[in-house]
Amino acid sequence: MTDLTRRFFLTRSAVLGCSLAASPLLTPVTFAAAPWDTRLIVIILRGAMDGLDAVQPYGDASYAGLRSSLAGGPQNGAMDLDGFFALHPAMAALAPMWKAGELGFAHAVSTPYRDKRSHFDGQDVLEAGTDTLQGGVRDGWLNRMLQEVPGVEADTAYAIGMSEMPILKGKAPVANWTPEATLSLSPQAERLLGMISESDPAMHAALAEAALLSAADAPTMSGNMARDMQEIRKGGQHLKIAEFAAKRLREDARVASFSLNGWDTHRFQERGLKAALGELSDTLVHLKQELTGPVWGKTAVVAMTEFGRTARENGTGGTDHGTGGLMVMAGGAIKGGKVYGDWPGLRESDLYEGRDLMPTRDVRAHAAWIMQAMTGLDKATLERVIFPGLDMGSNPGIVL
Amino acid sequence: MRFGCGLSPVIAPIASVEAMLAGIAAPDAMAQRFPIEPFSTFRERMVASDELRTTLRANRGKPEAKEAQKERNLLKKQARIDMTHWLGMSMLRRTYTETGFFERLVYFWGDHFTATGKAGVVKRATSPYIEDGIRPFVGGRFADLLISAVTHPVMLQFLDQDRSMGPGSERAQKRGKTAGLNENLAREVMELHTLGVDGPYTQDDVRQLAELFTGLSFQPKQGAKFRKDYVEPGAETVLGVTYDDAYSIKPVHAVLEDLSVHPATARHLSWKLAVHFVSDTPDPALIDHVTARYIETEGDLMQVYAALLEHPAAWSQEGANIKPPVEFVGSAMRALAVDPAVVTEMPEKRVRNVLLTPMAVMGQTWQKFSGPDGWPEEDDAWLTPQGLSGRVRWAMAGPEMLRPDLPDPRAFVDTALGSFAPEDVKFAAGAAESKSEAIGLVLMSPAFQRR
Repeated sequence: MTDLTRRFFLTRSAVLGCSLAASPLLTPVTFAAAPWDTRLIVIILRGAMDGLDAVQPYGDASYAGLRSSLAGGPQNGAMDLDGFFALHPAMAALAPMWKAGELGFAHAVSTPYRDKRSHFDGQDVLEAGTDTLQGGVRDGWLNRMLQEVPGVEADTAYAIGMSEMPILKGKAPVANWTPEATLSLSPQAERLLGMISESDPAMHAALAEAALLSAADAPTMSGNMARDMQEIRKGGQHLKIAEFAAKRLREDARVASFSLNGWDTHRFQERGLKAALGELSDTLVHLKQELTGPVWGKTAVVAMTEFGRTARENGTGGTDHGTGGLMVMAGGAIKGGKVYGDWPGLRESDLYEGRDLMPTRDVRAHAAWIMQAMTGLDKATLERVIFPGLDMGSNPGIVL
Repeated sequence: MRFGCGLSPVIAPIASVEAMLAGIAAPDAMAQRFPIEPFSTFRERMVASDELRTTLRANRGKPEAKEAQKERNLLKKQARIDMTHWLGMSMLRRTYTETGFFERLVYFWGDHFTATGKAGVVKRATSPYIEDGIRPFVGGRFADLLISAVTHPVMLQFLDQDRSMGPGSERAQKRGKTAGLNENLAREVMELHTLGVDGPYTQDDVRQLAELFTGLSFQPKQGAKFRKDYVEPGAETVLGVTYDDAYSIKPVHAVLEDLSVHPATARHLSWKLAVHFVSDTPDPALIDHVTARYIETEGDLMQVYAALLEHPAAWSQEGANIKPPVEFVGSAMRALAVDPAVVTEMPEKRVRNVLLTPMAVMGQTWQKFSGPDGWPEEDDAWLTPQGLSGRVRWAMAGPEMLRPDLPDPRAFVDTALGSFAPEDVKFAAGAAESKSEAIGLVLMSPAFQRR
């Protein structure tokens, strides 16, 4: 083991309170098995997905009047789901998953965030899992979940991608990585880097983690910078992330989270949403394909967004920031083939502030019931610690 | 080094606060030496592209259309190539500037007013937008900077203003149901550009401002254009002030003037400057001091910067901020005194391999933003294992690609870190197995990564 990985291991052992000899990280390629066997993947859809266009309530009499250039429903190529809702054609690849009961939705959901409709605050509330941003909570709800279950190791949970995942920030150890990253240094350079970064604990810890994760992964990069950079530019980032997540989850990881962007469709939504939904759909298909054997059957994928968009299409072929939105669920552990939620209706008087889909349920309640089923955490912990102030309400029975 | 672009072996560090401020008002030597096309010129590309589209549409199925399509693709390709060239120019400005604080401010305000085109050639217009929409205004009144940025064609397109029309406007009446308002720019002006998200505005204010903004548009041929037929009839009230029902840009300027001097704007901008230049958690006394000057001078930015620089708290908390990737790479190029010809003559692919993609792996893809809030200021966003491994990879391999005759690492410690050079870094520079690793280690030292 090199100097940096040893240090990382020591730091992390201290955090975890386990002894040096008992740590699985002594041989970085084999990690300890997690204490539970289900897999939870949380995807954050940044930019506010238009739930009304993704899962179209074509059975609602007011729907067609709200969307003219963005008209949906089976007559416009969408796949009928249940006689009331239809799935946007860009997600046609998910049809088999829906039919197999491995894909479901919760409609008219939202976080408690209201009225200012800021992406950034909206995402902060979604990832903090709190009622407001005022309470001083600085960690993310998925991290708080990890704090509540025993036996979490440095590689139990992965935050994947080139940008931050506040949902996984916090005291419990989380591996931060992206398939494009690699840290390959000569032993001497790694030792010296460890030495000069020691005076900077935050930087040192991040470098040590990089060294460890890099060592644990088969090298995907050649070491020649120009060649590596060309390889990275080939694109398909979301598929690489799905592949990496699946690889980890097939082994000892139990939780993974990453983002998909491109949902802020103020104009030409037809084009923009098609691309974003296509990426989401490909990501889900790819995850299923890569989570081989019995793993997919134990997996729940949850995709959430900061808020929905206006019920009415705006003047530029798009939609503006709204309130009630859509949550997407997939995986063998999900009782799919169903659109969950109480439909509030789309008449002017049904809308929130006369403009947005009225949220009828806190999106956190669905997430909480899923977590409860996946990890066995009790309701009190979920309502007080993980989502402080949440009333979970009745069990929607989303997990098999 | 906190307020500049880093140390250089060929340029003396700036001597005083007065000189830093004077540098903002001085003739723009870097823009002369490393030119970037201003948007006023760039839009000729848009005109050409539009004309080709017209030809294409008029000749569907004919060889003329094919030819026009080909030429249009060439235009797009050229804009893409030029974008990478301007990345090189921006980095050379950081490498050779004698007024580092000015370059830092251009970056700061360019990020504050994040904007990029959405489709076609204008996707590559961010540097041109900053060149004539931001850069000339960073030393003036905030009101002028705000007006310039918010009414700039690139911003109008980025935040969907150019096609937003009042539901009661002449044009919307003609077009019917599919025409109407778009709130995007109005919301971000209040949330990001002026008052801040905690500011005293409501959804009604957003709506009213969006109605007031109707008419702001542009034409590639003439640049900014005010479209009277898009204007929502009737007066609008924003934050309790009612603005004229004029079919002109006047009420737009009036509301931006008012927003620019609002106390919430003063505090939001003072806080943001302190976070950017000093620390993620700046001394509240520093924010108060800068805010007071802002209010007193009605947003005279030179006075605001002077207030920032004169306060002792601006110089404490040494090394509290980590440099974002663009500034890390820029300051490394400065310490290496990279030969301008190496950069200006680089083909596009090499710029991507040496600068653009490595910075993307560090977490900052040049001029490709995930939203209108620009890049994060928090250190946490950059101090990730994946981001740092990207920095290590570039630090070890990038310098040699930019300067094949690497300097002696032991001397480089002094060049790059000056009097801040810690003993362990000096040791590492001498103990590394190769020159490139030694240089990489110096660049990866906390003393270089932070400021």
